[in-house]
This record gives sequence, C-alpha cells and structure tokens, in this order.
Amino acid sequence: MNSGREVIDGRLTVEGFSVAARAFADKWKTHNQSLPPWSWVPLINRTLLLSNQQEEGYLSLENILILSSLEESTEDESLNVATECSEKEEPVDHTILNQENEAHYYDFHIVYSASYKVPVLYFRGYCSGGQPLSLDVIKKDLPSCSVSLLLQSKWTFITQEEHPYLNRPWFKLHPCGTEDWIKLLSQSSISAGCQMPVELYLVSWFSVVGQVVGLRIPLEMLN
Amino acid sequence: MANEAVKYVWEGAIPLQIHLHKSDVASHPAPPPALVLAPRIGYLPLLIPHIKPYFKDSLPPGEDSIWFDYKGVPLKWYIPTGVLFDLLCAEPERPWNLTIHFRGYPSNILIPCEGEDFVKWNFVNSLKEAQYIINGNCKNVMNMSQSDQEDLWTSVMNGDLDAYTKLSPKLKMATIEDDFSRKASLSSPQSRQGATEMDVAGQVKTARVPVRLYVRSINQDFENLEDVPEIDTWDDISYLNRPFEFLREEGKCFTLRNAIESLLPEFIGDKAQTSGEERSKDDDTEEADGLLREMGEIKLARIQGIEMKLEIPFSWVVNNLMNPEFYLHISVLVKAPQR
Repeated sequence: MNSGREVIDGRLTVEGFSVAARAFADKWKTHNQSLPPWSWVPLINRTLLLSNQQEEGYLSLENILILSSLEESTEDESLNVATECSEKEEPVDHTILNQENEAHYYDFHIVYSASYKVPVLYFRGYCSGGQPLSLDVIKKDLPSCSVSLLLQSKWTFITQEEHPYLNRPWFKLHPCGTEDWIKLLSQSSISAGCQMPVELYLVSWFSVVGQVVGLRIPLEMLN
Repeated sequence: MANEAVKYVWEGAIPLQIHLHKSDVASHPAPPPALVLAPRIGYLPLLIPHIKPYFKDSLPPGEDSIWFDYKGVPLKWYIPTGVLFDLLCAEPERPWNLTIHFRGYPSNILIPCEGEDFVKWNFVNSLKEAQYIINGNCKNVMNMSQSDQEDLWTSVMNGDLDAYTKLSPKLKMATIEDDFSRKASLSSPQSRQGATEMDVAGQVKTARVPVRLYVRSINQDFENLEDVPEIDTWDDISYLNRPFEFLREEGKCFTLRNAIESLLPEFIGDKAQTSGEERSKDDDTEEADGLLREMGEIKLARIQGIEMKLEIPFSWVVNNLMNPEFYLHISVLVKAPQR
C-alpha cells in the first residue's frame, strides 16, 4: 500500500512531492548558501480554491541575477550566479555582463504535474525593467554545453507554455521521460535493496535538471 | 463506432460575431462584423483564414499578430472554442460577440500563436498528456507515423468524425467500461491493448481520466445566470489540470458529482448540495443556516454546452463528451464558501 511517501517507478504522488520539496529546500538552505533559499508557495495563495486534503504548492526561487561570461571556462560550466543583494560578493574576474550589457533576472518554479506524477521546472527571464526575455536570449545565458544537450536530447527540451497557476507564459522543461532517468539514478539504491527515499527525490532530480539551466547543487546535498 | 452523442459533440458549433478592434481600423467606414460558425471542438486561430478576408482591406500597414478578446479579456487560443464559450458566458450569448486584433499581441499574457502549427502542437501535446494519464505512457502517440498524426490533426481541424474514427484506434487508448448506460456501440477490443493495471477481463481497474476543470467562483448567490458578473481577468478563474483517479469497484457507479467533488474537495460530501436538492428538515434552524453559509455550492457544471445533471454516470460522460484529444473539459460555476 503506497503511503504516498514512496517513489514508485520513478514517479511521485502529490504528498510525496510536498515531502520531497521541503527536504530539498532544507538541504539547499544548509549546503547552498551562495544562493537564496527556495520558498514554498501554497496553492491556496494562487488559486481560488482551498484544498483541505493536503497542503499543495510549489517551490519558488526568484530574482536570480545571472551574469554570463563570454569566455567559456572549461572547468566550471555553471553560470556565475549572484544574489541580488550581494554586498559581500565581488564579481569573478573573468565574468562580464552579458552581451546586451544589462542584468538578466530569472525565476524558477518547481511544480508538481498531476498528469505525469513528476516535478516540472518552469522558468522565465526578464530584464531589470521587467520585460520578458525570449528563448533565444535565454539560451545565450545558459552554459554552452547545456544548450547542445537540449538540442540533442529527447528528454530535456524547452517549451513555452502557460504557467499552471499564474496565467502567464513561462518556459518549461518538458517532463516526458523524467521517470525513466530518475529510475536510472535510483539503480544503485535499488540494487542495494532499498528504494530511493522520497526525501531525496527532488535533490536527485535537480542534480540533473538544474544543470540544464546552469544551477548546480553541491555534492553534499545528495547524502 | 461513433455513436449519436459523439456526433452531436462534433457537430456542435457557436455562432460568432467578430468585430475588428477600433485601433486596427484604418479604413472609413469601419468594416461590419464578420459572422462565423465556430466548431466547439476547434480553436479560434483556425478560424482566421475565414475571418481575415473581411478585414484585410481595413488594416493599418504592418505585420499581423492576431488575437481575440471577449469584453476585454484576451482569449487563450489553446482552449477549445466551446469551452471558452461555456466558461465565459454564464448566460449564453448568441451570437457570441468577440473582438479580433491584428496588432499588439499581449505576449506578456498570452503564449504566442503564429499559425496552425502552434495549434497543432498544442493539440498533440495535450493528446500525449491524455494518453500518459490513460495508458501510463505516451508511446502510441510518439510511435504514430508522421502522416497518421497529420491526418488525425486534419480530421479534427475539419470536424471530420469519420476520418477521426478510422484513425483514433491507432492510439490504443484504454477505455472505461460503461456499465451503467445502454451501449449504443461496442468498445473495440483492440482499444484495450497497451493499458496498464488491467485485470483478466480486460477492464481498467484503477482508472485515470484526463480532466481539465475551469472553475468560476462567485461570492453572491444569484437568481438568473444573467446576474452573474462577468470576469475581468483570467485570475477570476481557477484552472485545474489534473486527472480524476478512481478504483473501479463492482457495482459502484461513479457519477459526475463524485468526479467534480473529488477534484474540488471544498465542496465535498454530505455538506455540499446543489441548489434546491437534499435539504434537510431542519433547514430553517439557525444552525443549518450557518452551515449552509459556510459551504460552497456547485451551481452549474457545463460540458460541451450542456448543463449537466450531476448524477449522470461519469463513465458515460467521459466516453461521449470528451474532446478529440481525449480530455474532458468541465466548466464549473461555484458559489464560494463564506468565511
């Protein structure tokens, strides 16, 4: 009997997602302090309906300032991400502002898909004036290796769709196939005779998905 | 294989009266509105080739980026036309007066639509999602040949039910057995291949049904539908894209009410009622009044333009009233619980 806290076939129940989300946000806060924490947005704030069965919601990370470098470093393919109010951090020497010479901000939401039973990453970019960035511009901000990954992979392609709750166009990483590569990630735990604990689901998921949009997570988070 | 109800659904259409937005009028006098019959299961952008000839001589110079609005609310082009009508017009307006724009696409609100391919992509994407929900995977859609996919889409665009009926078995969508109404047609055996969680008899045990629920919540009670206030923005509507899941039990009939209530737990169970039904004898006591005020109430559920009786078996509703992409779109008007 699935209590909802198990990962079955690489997929999550909505209860499992809530548990995994909080565990992910906690670990992120502990191990990934160079970035702001994820916040949990209950659906009750975003829809007219009140779900009294479980607290449903999504994870949100917003106003991330992306500085992209024109010179690619082969060692570090992740984006040079700065927090918005980073009085303590200096920009790294080899980074310069992106080609438009303006700051690009990004919002990331991790939303549960009831259809596919997996998390889905939604994101959007905008200038400091709030004007949305097109996918072409966004692709220039992404690490170059992930752009080619996107172009080649059937598992990670970006589409522009409406945010499930906010009535605005966002970009989304298509979820079809998620459960397949999650199962691959779980292989080692399955052969050791145990299931992937639901608390680690989003951490594992994000270790792959985050790289596509240039957000890396420290290895400590996977413990 | 198509039965009578499905034929009615495919033939359903909304008469539209399309007005050119005044900022796009560059001719004098302004052109009269265009009258178009829009298939319920179709999409607004597909009507553009029929509408544009009426207005092309009136347009200012420049490139077209076409969108529609109803009383100032930009219309989401990827929602089937019939659903938009059922949802946005509490009291059905005939003809339905819409405004067309050829400039100034609100791209901060609407996802882009630059032609038929966008509409087709949206359709195929929804079909994949529906198949994933029903079968547990979308490999049948993915494995469909390009020309079959093309032909399926064309049959939907043209409202050609015969062509659609010949092609849709290739999708091998598992069906929900419809035990509770007279069978006008037989479900073809091959449609059960590829489904998961089946028992030996081939019936789906744990069924997931693709549903898209559009909920309009109003605070005041009303006598007539024409008293329902109009929506100002899409934020006035809650959209739920989640499947209805149920375990088939012998002899248990899931009704439309069961389905809606499970997706809207706020209005569930013996506390919920539709207007006029199930009132207890103690209705006049203050306590009962207090309870009634607290609960929400499902005032109306519309599918394919029909105001549904909520006791209808859900399996019949799904099998007969779903859209060609296998989604059941339900527009619901609820009176919000008082807090």
